[in-house]
Amino acid sequence: MSKAPALVEVRDLTRVFDVSKPWLNRLLEGEKRSLLRAVAGVSFAIGRRETLALVGESGSGKSTVARMIVGLLRPTDGSVSIDGIDMWAPASAGQRQKLRRRLQMIFQDPYASLNPRWRVDRIIADPIKAFGLMQDRAEIEHRVGELLRLVGLDPADGQKYPHEFSGGQRQRICIARALSSNPEFIVCDEPTSALDVSVQAQILNLMRDLQDRLGLSYFFISHNLAVVKHMAARIGVMYLGRIVELAPSADLFKAPRHPYSRMLIDALPDLAMSGRQRKAIEGEIPNPVSPPPGCAFHPRCPHAFDRCRREIPELLAHGTARAACHGVAEGRI
Amino acid sequence: MSEPVLCVRDLVIGFPTRRGMLTAVDGISFDIAAGEVLGVVGESGAGKSLTGAAVIGLLEPPGRILGGSVQLKGQRIDNLGPEALRRLRGRRIGMVFQDPLTSLNPLYRIGDQIVETIRTHANVSMAAASERAIELLQEVGIQGARSRINAYPHEFSGGMRQRVVLALALCADPDLLIADEPTTALDVSIQAQIIALIKRLCRQRGTSVMLITHDMGVIAETADRVAVMYAGRIAEIGPVRDVVRQPHHPYTRGLMGAIPSAEATPSARLTQIPGSMPRLTAIPQGCAFNPRCPHAFERCKLERPEPMPVARSHAACWLVPELAGAPR
Repeated sequence: MSKAPALVEVRDLTRVFDVSKPWLNRLLEGEKRSLLRAVAGVSFAIGRRETLALVGESGSGKSTVARMIVGLLRPTDGSVSIDGIDMWAPASAGQRQKLRRRLQMIFQDPYASLNPRWRVDRIIADPIKAFGLMQDRAEIEHRVGELLRLVGLDPADGQKYPHEFSGGQRQRICIARALSSNPEFIVCDEPTSALDVSVQAQILNLMRDLQDRLGLSYFFISHNLAVVKHMAARIGVMYLGRIVELAPSADLFKAPRHPYSRMLIDALPDLAMSGRQRKAIEGEIPNPVSPPPGCAFHPRCPHAFDRCRREIPELLAHGTARAACHGVAEGRI
Repeated sequence: MSEPVLCVRDLVIGFPTRRGMLTAVDGISFDIAAGEVLGVVGESGAGKSLTGAAVIGLLEPPGRILGGSVQLKGQRIDNLGPEALRRLRGRRIGMVFQDPLTSLNPLYRIGDQIVETIRTHANVSMAAASERAIELLQEVGIQGARSRINAYPHEFSGGMRQRVVLALALCADPDLLIADEPTTALDVSIQAQIIALIKRLCRQRGTSVMLITHDMGVIAETADRVAVMYAGRIAEIGPVRDVVRQPHHPYTRGLMGAIPSAEATPSARLTQIPGSMPRLTAIPQGCAFNPRCPHAFERCKLERPEPMPVARSHAACWLVPELAGAPR
C-alpha cells in the first residue's frame, strides 16, 4: 500500500465540538460543559489514483473527517498533509494557497450547493477565476464548454440556471465545477444519497470514468455499503468517531473482522435473494456526548468481555486488514 | 383465493392547473390479498406515494381522484365523505410515514397519544386502554414500556419513534397498513430492525401491508409481491422473487442493474438508464418509457401498453409477447 508516497496522509485526526448550553444556563442549572468528540484519532493514507471510502451511520464522524481534510474545519488535534504539505500548520500558509486548487469537494445536496441566482457557466468558471487559472474570456468560455461536455451535459446548458436541471444534472454541474481547477484529489461527501437509483448509477459511472481519464484520487463518504464497495478499493468503517476497521473492499465483504462491520454487512438487504442466514441487529448508536467506556461498540457487541468495557482497542493489522477489536487481537473472534 | 383486502381498479389521480389537468397516476390496478405485503417501488415522481394517499383519502388538494375505484374488503371507499373516511383511517387502515415526528404530537406524552387512539376506536376504560398501550409498546420492542409511556416524543431516538408510530398504526388492528417510506430516514442497522418488526407484527395479526419505498432492497426483504411504478403507471407487477431476479420490463431490468450490490464484482459497471423520469407536463405518448428504452420500436411510440401476463408477473411492455417465449 505504501510503495509510492501517499497523496493524502491523515494522522491522529481528532475533533471535539463544544455542545454545552450557554454559560448562564450552565451556571443556573449547575451543569458542566459538555464536549462531543466527533472524531477521535483517525489515521489513514490515500494513494494517487486511489479511492478510499469511509462508511458509517449518522453521527459516526465521517463528514467531520471530510471537512477537516478539505480545510473547512480546524482539527482539534492531529494533522492532514496533502502531497507533503500540512493543511493546518501555520508555516505552510503560502504553499497551502497553491494546494487549495488541487483539492475539491462534491457535496450531498445538489440543490443547496449551487447558487440559484448564477448561471451555470458562471458557477463552473468560478474556481477558474478564483485561482486565476485563465484570464481571457473566450478561453474560459471554451473551457467551461469542455467541462460541461466532460460530465455529459451540453455546452449550451451553460446559459441556463440551476433550477432548470434535475437532481442528477445538478450533481453533474457540481462535478464540472469541482473539475474546473484541474484538481488531483476530490472529497465526495455522500454525492449520490439524494438521487434516485437510476440517476445514482449514472453519476457513479461518470465518477469512475473521470477517475480513469484524469487520474483523480477520491475520498468517498457514504452510509451505503454497496455504493462504497462499487467505488472504493479500500474501505474504512467508522463507529462513534473512530475507524474500527480499515480493509481492502473485497476482503471487508468476504471476511469482515470487526463485529460492527459484520453487523453492517448483515444489515445489507439481500437483493440476490439468496436466503443467506443473517443475524438480527440489536441496539442503537449511543449518544456521542457520553460514549460508553472502553470500546464504544461493546454494549451492542455479542462478543464483548471485560477488557472491552475498560480499554479502548487500537487499530491493529490482521493480514490485509486493520481492526480495532480486542476480540480479534486475541484471536477469540 | 378469498376476497382481496384492497382492490384498486383503474385509479386516476390528477392535479388541475391553469394549463389543464396534470395526470399524476394514470389508470393503475392492483389487489392486496389478506396477510399479503405488496411493495410499491419507483423513483421520485413515479406516483407511488400519491397512490397510497389516494387509498386512505389523504390526497393533498387540489389533487383528486379522477376515476377508478378503491375497495376495502369489498366496500367502496374512494367516494366516502370526510367523516366516514376519518372513521376508516386508523380503525381499518393504519398508516406509517417516513418521518415519525410528523405522526407524533410533540406536546403529548406518547402513552397519552396511544391511549387516545385506542379509546377513539374501541369503547374501553382509561385503565384498560393504558394497559393495552403498555402491551403494544412492549410488542414493538420498547424496553421498560411501563416507564417509557410517560416520555415525550423528543426523548426517543428515530428508530424508537418509528416503533411508537407502528404501535399507533396497529393499535386498532386494522385490515391494511400503508407504510410510506417507513425506513428511509433511518440508519441501516435501525432500518433492518424496523423492517423485521413490520414483517413480524403483520404476520402475527394477518394485516395486509402496502409498502411504498424507493429502495428495492427493502422490498426484496419484506414484500410478497411488488409493483414497479414509472411515470404514474405500473410497469411491472409480480411475485417479488421473479421481479427482482428475472425482471421482464426493460425499466425494471435497468433499475435492477443500476443498484450497486455487495455481491457483484466491483469492476462491473452499473447499468445506466439514459435520461431521467419525464415531468408530468411532458409524459411521452405511447409507452412513457420509450425515449429511454433500449428496445423501443414504432409501436411503443404510438400505443400505450397495458400490463400483460408474462410468466407469473404482469408487465406493461409491447415486447412481452416475445419475451414470454424467448429464454433469457
